[in-house]
Amino acid sequence: MVDAATPALATPERETPGRQLNRLEGPALALPVLEVTGLTKHFPVRKGLLRRTIGHVYAVDGVSFTIGAGETLGLVGESGCGKTTVGRTVMRLIEPTAGTIRLDGHDVTRLGKSEFRPYRRQLQIIFQDPFSSLNPRKRVGDIVGEPLKIHEALSRGERRERVAALFERVGLRRAQMDNFPHQFSGGQRQRIGVARALALNPKLIIGDEPVSALDVSIQAQVINLLMDLQRDMQLSYLFISHNLAVVEHISHRIAVMYLGRIVEYTDKTTLFTRPLHPYTEALLAAVPVPDPAIKRVKRVVQGDVPSPLKPPPGCRFHTRCPYAEARCKVDVPVLREVEHGHHVACHLR
Amino acid sequence: MSVAATPQPESAERARKTAERVLEVENLQTYFYTRAGLVKAVDGVSFSLARGATLAIVGESGCGKSVTALSLMRLLADPPGRIVGGAVRLDGVDLLRLDEVAMRDIRGNQISMVFQEPMTSLNPVMTIGRQISEALILHQRMSNKAALKRATEMLQLVGIPEPTQRAKEYPHQLSGGMRQRTMIAMALACNPKVLIADEPTSALDVTIQAQILELIAKLQRELGTAVILITHDLGVVAETAERVIVMYAGRKVEEAAVGELFARPLHPYTRGLMNSIPRLALMRREAGPALQRLQEIPGIVPALSNLPQACTFAPRCAFADDKCRGQFPPYLEKRPDHWAACWHSERIAEMANG
Amino acid sequence: MAVIDHNAELARAGANVRGWTGALFFFVRRYPLGAIGAVLMATFVVTALFADQISPFDPFTTNARASLAPPGGAHLLGADFMGRDVFARIVYGARISLAVAVGATALGCVIGVLVGLMSGFFGGWFDLLVQRLMDIMQSLPLLVMALVMAASLGPSLTNTIIAIAIPLVPNVARIIRSNTLSLREMPFVEAARAIGMSETRIALVHVLPNTLAPLIVLATAQLGSAILVESALAFLGLGVPEPHPSWGRMLSESAAEYVRTAPWLVIFPGIAISAVVFGTNLFGDAIRDILDPRQRL
Repeated sequence: MVDAATPALATPERETPGRQLNRLEGPALALPVLEVTGLTKHFPVRKGLLRRTIGHVYAVDGVSFTIGAGETLGLVGESGCGKTTVGRTVMRLIEPTAGTIRLDGHDVTRLGKSEFRPYRRQLQIIFQDPFSSLNPRKRVGDIVGEPLKIHEALSRGERRERVAALFERVGLRRAQMDNFPHQFSGGQRQRIGVARALALNPKLIIGDEPVSALDVSIQAQVINLLMDLQRDMQLSYLFISHNLAVVEHISHRIAVMYLGRIVEYTDKTTLFTRPLHPYTEALLAAVPVPDPAIKRVKRVVQGDVPSPLKPPPGCRFHTRCPYAEARCKVDVPVLREVEHGHHVACHLR
Repeated sequence: MSVAATPQPESAERARKTAERVLEVENLQTYFYTRAGLVKAVDGVSFSLARGATLAIVGESGCGKSVTALSLMRLLADPPGRIVGGAVRLDGVDLLRLDEVAMRDIRGNQISMVFQEPMTSLNPVMTIGRQISEALILHQRMSNKAALKRATEMLQLVGIPEPTQRAKEYPHQLSGGMRQRTMIAMALACNPKVLIADEPTSALDVTIQAQILELIAKLQRELGTAVILITHDLGVVAETAERVIVMYAGRKVEEAAVGELFARPLHPYTRGLMNSIPRLALMRREAGPALQRLQEIPGIVPALSNLPQACTFAPRCAFADDKCRGQFPPYLEKRPDHWAACWHSERIAEMANG
Repeated sequence: MAVIDHNAELARAGANVRGWTGALFFFVRRYPLGAIGAVLMATFVVTALFADQISPFDPFTTNARASLAPPGGAHLLGADFMGRDVFARIVYGARISLAVAVGATALGCVIGVLVGLMSGFFGGWFDLLVQRLMDIMQSLPLLVMALVMAASLGPSLTNTIIAIAIPLVPNVARIIRSNTLSLREMPFVEAARAIGMSETRIALVHVLPNTLAPLIVLATAQLGSAILVESALAFLGLGVPEPHPSWGRMLSESAAEYVRTAPWLVIFPGIAISAVVFGTNLFGDAIRDILDPRQRL
């Protein structure tokens, strides 16, 4: 299902990831649940009375990956790397500038709103902020039942029953269905968000920093919940986060993004034991270790992330890379498979 | 530290210890009067800070750590908040007894604060050079020119490249990391004795966070400032603090030197926190695969109004029994210089070794 | 540190408020001016609704013998030059004023909400055009606008209501639009899109209910403003026509000629207008304070 005409900017992932992993039970599907090829999103910057375009924000620049059934792809990076935009674009909440998105093999990139609507059943999203992702004026039972209202013709009683079951699935009581969001804690609200995402039995859920706004002890609860659901329902996740430890825990494969591009893409064990890209190394070096007895050599990478309005030429990381050479400033490194299942975009690897 | 349990040292020894302490907080109580009732945000917290040392206050939302920081600086909104009891002695002077004019003299001068959101803590219509100069002009009576020169030096000190140029820029022209560096420059401009950093890196990227923490440590060494670091991130605590206080529902539940705390947590909450964090493979001491499931702390933080007499953590604690549900445990020294408020800390200690 | 009485502080903050009566007492203690405003407004509404029961006389009946009777006796507040009872005319005038105030405010708000919601939600050219139109409407003074409307539409109760409603639209639209703009970006709206909801449905079900809170404050304030405008229009002869009793017209008919000889004809309608406008403003201020999230404890 991958064209020969795929742009050379980023190598599409051909393998079905399911088979490599021993966490999955059952046969892996031939078709990946989600396949993204060369996804690009440039936001025009408009100024002046006549709204002339004076530049672009190169938010996402040729991103490709696949996610199989029951699998989690972690998308990791810092601010400005474009991971949130990738999530929004896959959901078609933002329209991609270029590239293809395939759900279960169907190309959905250019479908109109009403044509795309049935696909929304398979693809859901959980947001970061538990406080603003629920309408404060609606009862939580209605919020969770809304997807059912739109996509399924159920009687009121049937819908209520489904919602009650969802509530119990995520660890809340059905009696809480008639409460308003402000009566719940942050962690509980996030569970409601999960329940809403589950309502239509989707195949893939995009988590846009779903635990970042929660307290540490609550994060563990929600992470465990997500993993239980994955195991029970063969759910796939696109888990977007800046927290490496959480991503490592929940993902099977991980893609590291920097300024709109994927710089490293491999399974989790390899990424954390044998990272190849200097940015991945820098990220790992920067994460504070919650154990004072472990002393590491800290090589703190200097400088700030460049602006996505004017990304550096060549390799976008060269301005901060301790190993940068002359050719890094000029040539754009291609995401290549340097060893089995391990892709890196770096001239020096 | 709980005064009652400290063994009485010699007077000379005591005098020396007191001289070493730049900040002493005694039984601080800050309450909020709200529609929902009386919220005891900080209920009897005491600690001391040695000169040039780093103390971390760790806890999650609602534990009272930020309110503690604001109480020390007397920056609480009154109403609804009020410091109802206790003493905060900065080099012997009780800050809670000063009037507002005297307190303003101290804020920014002898004790200053860095906040979490660098975006909203800087005035968007003033250049950053000017903002740093403000404190210098106010407290050190410098002229505008001298203050600006010193401000530029501070920018250099905090690692902002091209400081003279940057001093003329506005906050929106800087990145998040640079804004936080500016905040630190502002806070340290008058060389205060104590710097309170309230979640200084939570809003920053992890690579920038590493830079900022490195910067704070470096400045602390050079300027001899004592730092109170408030955070929820145990990783940050492990890498930067010398001494740690764990807070829960407005009270201290554990306190120790950082190595001792991580090696032998005595309170179930501390233990639960440490176990619920996913750790990168290379950070785990024991080799082997990661746990499939993180160890959760069930339940949620209690509402701070109408707290019962019992141990506030009991509803979520795996070890809670009737004793715990009847009475809040006393805060005692369980091991040398390791304090905890738990009826069953010996059992917790055993589990750590087992 | 001074000894603090926790209970007194808590009472002041509004803890321990039980039930409706408790809430009522708390409101009165905390917002005394608002309570006064509420009482004035309530009096106004009750008077308007129960005019038949309250008024001893019919406001339209003339009585040449009682012409310009001073207050006292049968005519509690005196009578005008046609012998009509001033008290009765004030009481029935309340009905007219209420109709105008509520009607104009409601109409202005409904149109303003629709315009503001569509403008903010759909943006683009529509928004630009509508905004410029609102700018134009707002640049004309309220009274002049109302005058022009009234003059061109001709005098009648309905036309007066329309004339007063229209200048209200830009104010409402502005507020609703700015709320809509910020709500449009909220995650729960994105979530609704992610489910596949149509934009119109999102605007009505998710965005609209969340924009209404500040509207309540605005509407309350506008009630008083509407009455003032109606009075001004009546004063200029363009308000509610005869024979409807209108406070503004009562003033306009009497002011020049009778202010010295029969001051009660001017004083009492004046007091009525002032009291109602004062009341709505006080009440509106209190409501705004209550709804202000920063005041929430």
